[in-house]
Amino acid sequence: MSLFWRDIKLAMRSGGGALLGVLFFLAVIAVVPFAVGPDLNFLQRIGPAMLWIGALLSTLLGLDRLFQAERDDGSLDIMLMQETPFIVTVFIKCVAHWVATGLPLVLATPLLGLLMNMDLLSIGAVSATLLVGSPAITFIGAVGAAVAVTLPRGGLLVSILILPLAIPVLIFGVSAAYAAVEEPAPFLPPFLILCAITMFFAVIGPLAAAAAIRASTD
Amino acid sequence: MRIFAQNLSVKRGEQLIFSDVSFELAPKESLTVSGPNGVGKSTLLRALAGLLPIESGTFEIKTDDPEPRPNSEYCHYIGHKNAMKAELTVFENLSFWQSNMAQEGAGSDTSLSPEEAAELLGLSHTLDLPFGFLSQGQRRRIALAKLFVSYRPVWLLDEPTAALDKASSDRFAQMTNTYLEEGGIVIAATHVPLGFKEVKQLEMTPPPIQEEYF
Repeated sequence: MSLFWRDIKLAMRSGGGALLGVLFFLAVIAVVPFAVGPDLNFLQRIGPAMLWIGALLSTLLGLDRLFQAERDDGSLDIMLMQETPFIVTVFIKCVAHWVATGLPLVLATPLLGLLMNMDLLSIGAVSATLLVGSPAITFIGAVGAAVAVTLPRGGLLVSILILPLAIPVLIFGVSAAYAAVEEPAPFLPPFLILCAITMFFAVIGPLAAAAAIRASTD
Repeated sequence: MRIFAQNLSVKRGEQLIFSDVSFELAPKESLTVSGPNGVGKSTLLRALAGLLPIESGTFEIKTDDPEPRPNSEYCHYIGHKNAMKAELTVFENLSFWQSNMAQEGAGSDTSLSPEEAAELLGLSHTLDLPFGFLSQGQRRRIALAKLFVSYRPVWLLDEPTAALDKASSDRFAQMTNTYLEEGGIVIAATHVPLGFKEVKQLEMTPPPIQEEYF
């Protein structure tokens, strides 16, 4: 628990980069209307997809530092030696990382949805799918961050490594968001699959990340 | 509690760093590891801390505990890096490590609060400063204060007094002596005399050159 609050504090203080993700999200969504033109209906149609892409990329942004910062100052060594199983440590770090960087994205979604001319129901659907879907990206990302922990410039590599694994999250997230507004498609099945993916990776992610870090200690 | 190390060797990749290191330690004993740069002192300490795999040989910490813990949970490890966050204050850093390193039923009565540990190292005035504001020597002393916020029967110290001034190293030597008298075990890698009661020495020498690499 102390680890959770410490990571939140670190993210909030200077150089933590909690707001960096939100700013990037804002930048991506703000330029879309300029790029695709002022066709309001078209913006409304691509809105949920653009929000999901923006959120996905913003989540990837700070992930590479998840373990690298700990390794650089030697904290990782001490954590590896403790009574707390390392997989629990990884899980807590992921949750703290999501609260500090993923949750602000979800909270910013309604505001950015307005930029895409989305109606209330659609905005609600995207926020809900991001709320349950974005933790999965963090957990998948933890594996990538753990694999690239010894690499000095691992940032892009992390993104490339985990992008294929994040595709299912994107597919079900966006399809659930569209299902909420387009009549024939049911909302619940893709939404529940999204929940299942998140829970699945909440277990597999820390497990794989802990194993990767243990294997890479040098 | 006794420590047995027999014919330890550690490899990094294909390279044999050292081999046939053996020692035996009882409570109140210290071991200073010395030798030229690159001979594997740090590697030895990391291997003992469980952070590197041991290639061959055995390393055992024998205790009376009914349920023995893994070796690494009996040890404090102070490496070259201080394991502190520059953005957090000294107090936040120390209290985080205190709760992170806390063990159930393992000598919690002998561990100090962050305030007491900082005072012991003579740095109570820095508690509210961000760690990043401190000088190198002060940072090192705070890293050493970590030894006192949670009790461990074995200390693994990698050049503990690097960047410390004379007064601070003497002070640390005194504290190490107290710890040894209370039954602690210290294994330290160093180039300079550390000043505490040195019971055993281990002089490491480079392994014989293996011809197959040439």
